[in-house]
Amino acid sequence: MRYAMAIDTKKCVGCSDCVVACQTENNVPVGYCRDWVVESVAGSYPQLEIEIRSERCNHCDNAPCVRCCPTGASHIVDGGVVLVDPVKCIGCGACIEACPYDARYSHPDGHVDKCTFCIHRVEKGQDPACVSVCPTNCMYFGDLDNPNSDVSKALATRKYKVLAPEAGTKPQVYYLV
Amino acid sequence: MKKTRRDFIKISAVGSGGLALGLSTIKIANASDGENGLFKSSHARPVLQNRYPTYCEVCFWKCAAWTYTDDNGEIVKIIGNDEDPHCEGRLCPRGTGGVGMYHDEDRLKKPLIRVEKDGKQEFREASWEEALDLVAGKLNKLKEEHGAESLALFSHGSGGKMMSHLVKAFGTTSIAAPSFAQCRGPREVGFAATFGETVLSPERTDIRDTRCLVLIGSHIGENMHNGQVQEMSDAIDKGATIITVDPRFSTAASKSQYWLPIKPATDMALLLAWIHVIIYEGLYDKDYIEKYAYGLDQLKQHVKNMTPEWAYGITTIEPDVIRKTAHEMAAASPAVIIHPGRHVTWYGDDTQRSRAIAILNALLGSWGRRGGFYNPEKVNLPDYPSPGYPKPKRTWKDAFPGQYKLVDEVLSTGICYSSIPNPDMEFNIKAWMVYGTNLLASLPEQEKTIEAIQNLDFLVVIDTMPMEITGYADVILPECTYLERYDILRASPHREPYLALRMPAVKPKYDSKPNWWIAKELGSRLGLEDYFKWENIEEYLDWQLKKVGSSLEEMKKIGIKKFPREYEDLYALNGEDFEFNTNTGKIELYSTELASEGFDPLPKYTHHREPDPGYYRLNYGRAPMHTFSRTANNPNLTDLMDENNVWVNPKVASIWGLKNDQYVYLKNQDGVVTSFPVKIRITERIRWDSVYMVHGFGHADKKLTRAYGKGASDSEMITNVKIDPVMGGTGMRENFVTFITELEKKEDRS
Repeated sequence: MRYAMAIDTKKCVGCSDCVVACQTENNVPVGYCRDWVVESVAGSYPQLEIEIRSERCNHCDNAPCVRCCPTGASHIVDGGVVLVDPVKCIGCGACIEACPYDARYSHPDGHVDKCTFCIHRVEKGQDPACVSVCPTNCMYFGDLDNPNSDVSKALATRKYKVLAPEAGTKPQVYYLV
Repeated sequence: MKKTRRDFIKISAVGSGGLALGLSTIKIANASDGENGLFKSSHARPVLQNRYPTYCEVCFWKCAAWTYTDDNGEIVKIIGNDEDPHCEGRLCPRGTGGVGMYHDEDRLKKPLIRVEKDGKQEFREASWEEALDLVAGKLNKLKEEHGAESLALFSHGSGGKMMSHLVKAFGTTSIAAPSFAQCRGPREVGFAATFGETVLSPERTDIRDTRCLVLIGSHIGENMHNGQVQEMSDAIDKGATIITVDPRFSTAASKSQYWLPIKPATDMALLLAWIHVIIYEGLYDKDYIEKYAYGLDQLKQHVKNMTPEWAYGITTIEPDVIRKTAHEMAAASPAVIIHPGRHVTWYGDDTQRSRAIAILNALLGSWGRRGGFYNPEKVNLPDYPSPGYPKPKRTWKDAFPGQYKLVDEVLSTGICYSSIPNPDMEFNIKAWMVYGTNLLASLPEQEKTIEAIQNLDFLVVIDTMPMEITGYADVILPECTYLERYDILRASPHREPYLALRMPAVKPKYDSKPNWWIAKELGSRLGLEDYFKWENIEEYLDWQLKKVGSSLEEMKKIGIKKFPREYEDLYALNGEDFEFNTNTGKIELYSTELASEGFDPLPKYTHHREPDPGYYRLNYGRAPMHTFSRTANNPNLTDLMDENNVWVNPKVASIWGLKNDQYVYLKNQDGVVTSFPVKIRITERIRWDSVYMVHGFGHADKKLTRAYGKGASDSEMITNVKIDPVMGGTGMRENFVTFITELEKKEDRS
């Protein structure tokens, strides 16, 4: 089992509903976020392109945050999901420095926090909160080992890319382009 | 005439009784809820306990949803109702962030009454009893002295229905919503003149099944009109062609196969050239036009010289692009939508531009066809029994003799103008009730709005938040948010008729009350008890629901209920006989109605004013995370976007030496300067002859602790208004701004 997410940049309008839904689902304090939206513009008027991406922890196969964690708080569970155990976390911030995606932040309660792929929902057969609310239906989630999962089907039929492949982290959030 | 001097009072002047209770954070969740089952945190994930049906009130799309509460009975999240065609279970960021409206500690908390103390005006807290008695006393006096007709109601949102019922029973029909004259009015009148029917809300656009969607200035995806955003996304998946006409590279433009970066204010020329190509190349739906339309010959003659080459000189869009896009539309016909837009009050000839859009749709046979415009139905809910309304002796139209005969709705600016004493006017408005609309931001020409307010005998405002308009009120009545109240049922037109229920998930916070209670209480004080014979709104709703075969009990469980269509005519115009509600009984390409009122029966291109050197046309629009100016203080949504910025092309930035994120003031063609500075955003996404900003920022009320002084108000810059002669709409896109880069104007951003 390997959970992954694919996000269709051709459909995303950058509304940031994924950000608010994550906040209300996971009680992320206002002022912080586990996911965010990036817009990049290329070209000059009127030859222009925009890519809009909803970004979050990439739940990497080769996760630098897990390797550098001195207490084992950052760990990987079934399905390849990277989690932070807030009890074991001493808030040193090594993982924040190590992450090439800037996906982690210091929670006001003193530990590091980030996207969990909403594993508490996934275990119940639901999609992560961000995926489930997206008005453009531009996010697909599921098990890469299952060829019939939404994410497998999306990756089988579309061109895609990952962020910072040069970092060698083997990220598991894919962008359909 | 008595003049009421009305100082703007900032509600922060209220005494300590108005202290915020603070944002109620979610309490400690039970131990088993931590990520690893052990962790206790003040920010643990909430334990969901109950859910209550609602429909969203953050915008007019009104998506049905569930409000979830935790084990402390506190609201934690709002999730779309899967059965609702408005949202398909997926709310937009504002709907998801609607929790912030409830949690906002800056809300209005107690009724407030304007008093004078030591020569200074301020608000004093009052009981509901006292405040309602005062309002009723003032209204009764008004009725005696000037007649009930001299009261006007401005309203926006679901609660407006109850307030309308109250004022109609009182004896006035001057009930206006800025959503007509400042927004969608021209398209309704333009489409009605063509098809005998309006576009409605939600729009009857069949985007789901379209093969070609043409957007003219409409920025779907930045406006989160949820159903349309979802259907456009669907259409992208299915490979539909999208053509976007916009001087700005909007999000929609970036999703389009064709982006036409048109010179601002020249859309009419493009539309006429498209019509020319469609007619002269014989691309129109001949059977459809023959059977259903009137006036093809006159139209053909009219657009004879309006070639793509002619339009090129006006619009800067190359002739072959005009032709190619016309061919795309024709290839998709009838599954093509030239979108009517929503906020279409631009240049004062907006009804005529909407007519051109309607005509183009007619030529392509998209009205009443799959993938074009469907024929919606809604549930006809009976009104709770009540006496007939008194017939007013005068109406707002008496202030404008001979004008606006084609207008069915009330012009908010018309009410505003007729509130300013004028010896030539037959009729004057003397008092306003303002429900849920911040008129200082929603009407253009702030100076006139303020002049009207200063001349009123009485102004009562009902709202959830302190907004600029509340600062001018004599009495403020604090309403509870939509998450804390019942409201009227949502019965909106759609492919299939649905009803949606809104019920409270929690008790009203502070000393706030729902609109129905306020209306009923005022009614009983005005001797209108007979109009409010229900004990409470549960009884009212249950009565209505039982009449259509449901009940309040059932709706509480399901939130939304689908009803069968009465007629099987979702797509009615595939050769069936049909009589349109126009003079000729046909689709009027040539409008006999406009002709009889002395207006152009066929749309013409008019040249609009261009910016002077050093000035740039002010375009404005929406961001997906905000609605009008009403969400600017919402903690969840300000977290996403807490101020607007002004978009400028890099060429313009280099002329002015502007830097990204630099603060400037804007000054318009009439010398008006923004109250607050606004950040510069240098981007290739905007033409060099215009600037763009998101509407709804630059709030001047200090009580809005998150919104105060953040960004600039586009409304402040809109002092030049082009009135649409057909329907009185206020064209707002002939305003031009320049930059004041030295912040010599004293900053007041405390």
